Amino acid sequence: MKHFIRQAFRSPNFVAGFVIFAVILLTVFIYPLIITDPPLEIIGQGTFFEPGIYVNVYDSIGSPHHTLKLSDAAAKRIASRLGDDERLAIKEWLVAAGIPEAEVDTENTERLIDQWVNTYDPAVKIPGMTNARRNYYIRLETSLRGLLSTEGVSIAAKNAETAALEEKSTVTQSDYVNVREVPNVRLLLLGTDNFGRDVLTELIAATGVSLQIGFVAGIIATLIGLILGLVSGYVGGLVDDVIMFVTNLFTVIPSFVLLILISFSIGQDKRGAVTIAVVIGFTSWVWTARAVRSQVVSLRNRDHVNLSKLSGHSIAHIILNDILPYIASYVVMALILQISSGILAEAGLSILGLGPRTTEVPTLGLMMNWAMIYQAQILGFWWAYFPVIVTIALIAFSMNLMNTGLDQVFNPALRE
Amino acid sequence: MADKRKQVCLKGTGLTKVFGIGRQQTVAVDHVDFEFYEGEIISIVGESGSGKTTLAKMLLGLIGTTEGDIYFQGKKRDISSQKKKKEYWKNIQAIFQDPFSSYNIFNKIDSVLLDCIHMRGGKKLPYAKKLELMTEACGFVNLKFEELTNKYPFELSGGQMQRLMIARIFLLKPKILLADEPTSMIDACSRATILDMLMQLRDEIDMTLIFITHDIGLAYFVSDSVYIMERGIFVERGSADEVILHPKEAYTQRLINDVPKIYEEWDLSTV
Ligand SMILES: Nc1ncnc2c1ncn2[C@@H]1O[C@H](COP(=O)(O)OP(=O)(O)OP(=O)(O)O)[C@@H](O)[C@H]1O
Ligand SMILES: [Mg+2]
Repeated sequence: MKHFIRQAFRSPNFVAGFVIFAVILLTVFIYPLIITDPPLEIIGQGTFFEPGIYVNVYDSIGSPHHTLKLSDAAAKRIASRLGDDERLAIKEWLVAAGIPEAEVDTENTERLIDQWVNTYDPAVKIPGMTNARRNYYIRLETSLRGLLSTEGVSIAAKNAETAALEEKSTVTQSDYVNVREVPNVRLLLLGTDNFGRDVLTELIAATGVSLQIGFVAGIIATLIGLILGLVSGYVGGLVDDVIMFVTNLFTVIPSFVLLILISFSIGQDKRGAVTIAVVIGFTSWVWTARAVRSQVVSLRNRDHVNLSKLSGHSIAHIILNDILPYIASYVVMALILQISSGILAEAGLSILGLGPRTTEVPTLGLMMNWAMIYQAQILGFWWAYFPVIVTIALIAFSMNLMNTGLDQVFNPALRE
Repeated sequence: MADKRKQVCLKGTGLTKVFGIGRQQTVAVDHVDFEFYEGEIISIVGESGSGKTTLAKMLLGLIGTTEGDIYFQGKKRDISSQKKKKEYWKNIQAIFQDPFSSYNIFNKIDSVLLDCIHMRGGKKLPYAKKLELMTEACGFVNLKFEELTNKYPFELSGGQMQRLMIARIFLLKPKILLADEPTSMIDACSRATILDMLMQLRDEIDMTLIFITHDIGLAYFVSDSVYIMERGIFVERGSADEVILHPKEAYTQRLINDVPKIYEEWDLSTV
């Protein structure tokens, strides 16, 4: 065993895969210790908040204000409001109002606004312009006027008795708060999802659940495949025929189709994460059984097995002592592949809406499912699905790396 | 020499082994008949691929027979259950062609030898007694048990491994030993030692020795009767002198001609 591990770590592929996998695993374990929020808590009212730092506005007003005289503050403020669409609309109006097109530069914010303020007149009728368009320009004008003003804004509160507004304080354009002095700041590194849940926290919880599903499914599949493969390969004869018949039945029906049918017939309310894992395990042992069987068939006529027979050992003893150790490295590789394909199978099922029921735990597949239902991929809310894809890919990638690493070490034909 | 007064210990009639089915069929052993007498040294000689190992495995009960019967000590051999097999294997043991693949690489040398003691019903012996037995067995083949204990077989040289095999037989004391080219994979130096030890062991525990080889000179040197095997068939049989000094078959003649000079000289000096 020690020898086995030492050999494995001699392969750079294995080490790289192991490091990636260990980082994922550590994150899954350590993150919930630091951020203890429940992963499925709905914090955002609204869907798909962009990733970023969310600063509480109310607290910012109450926090100490500091005056910073920054020369580009006004320009930045205007630029943030004046998007590309607005600039083009302004240009369109100006050109229609008779200003030569060459003189209008949408990139030069200051001059553009200057031209606009000097020429715009809501009373002017531009031929061919719809009413809706005219109203748009009026709204644009109002927001730009507010933007150009240099005055601050008043903070007022209602007097409890008279119900009149009383000014409490003013905020000028050069007032700043230090984010560290604002008590409520929330970093949403990956924004929120369609339900208003923190995607990062959810993603890490989902990774944990998906890994568990993968492990349970992989261990079940490998165990079934290993036992059937060992027995059928070693005992041979009628036993082999029966087992291979069952195995062939399973091969003819693609396991994923079987998985879909079983998941569907279980029904939504009985489909917990564990159930799904067990179903995946019970439908994906076939190739492990075949692979183990063929390994055993090539081993059972070896002289060391013959010697063990001549030493009077029982079939069970021979399988456990003279066959199993020889295929142990192979079984570990099969297990790794089964785990990663278990994770992928869960994702596939969930995308089809046949994964674990949605109320209790997140899984990577469910996150994909939710993102797709709410059309995140069409609406461009990348943070709701892209990190999930990356996580799935990283898990599969790291496990395949470990596998090729093990293969290089233990499969003499591939060495060098 | 085939002594008619002696008991037949192993007999085969029409023994056949066919591998594969349909067009890929190989007839490895083709209707061979034989009678091996107790206490004899029998050589089965044939070129590579003639079916010697296949025949040996059938005799050992490690593979099934396609056709034919095997009689052990006058009765038809019955190895239908695990228990009967174990009983049979107390009587017949083997040394295989390739020592490097004969051992389980995960088991220590101790367990190889302990298995033999247990096979002979010594499971309940105190460890000190087992140790004594193992040391004695290793001593017989010039190995030091103290140096081997807790080592793995693959840490030994090919010659040492084959000697350990003989130590195994020393502990098991079977009635019949099948030695399948026990010296073909080891260097010439160890070869003589191994042969010497095998003969010594045979005298010590008085067993029937079935010696499989492609080296007819060696067969002449060690055996009482010789069977010549060509493509699964015994083409010639008889006492060593009969077969080797007066071969009837061209195949036998060719095998004799293939023998390196050194044997011939040795042979002539002893004839
Ligand atoms: N398990 C098997 N399946 C199919 N064919 C086999 C099998 N074992 C042996 N054979 C075939 O049977 C024939 C005899 O093989 P066998 O090993 O008995 O020869 P041998 O006389 O021992 O040769 P060598 O001197 O090289 O050991 C060969 O043609 C071989 O290819
Ligand atoms: Mg052979």
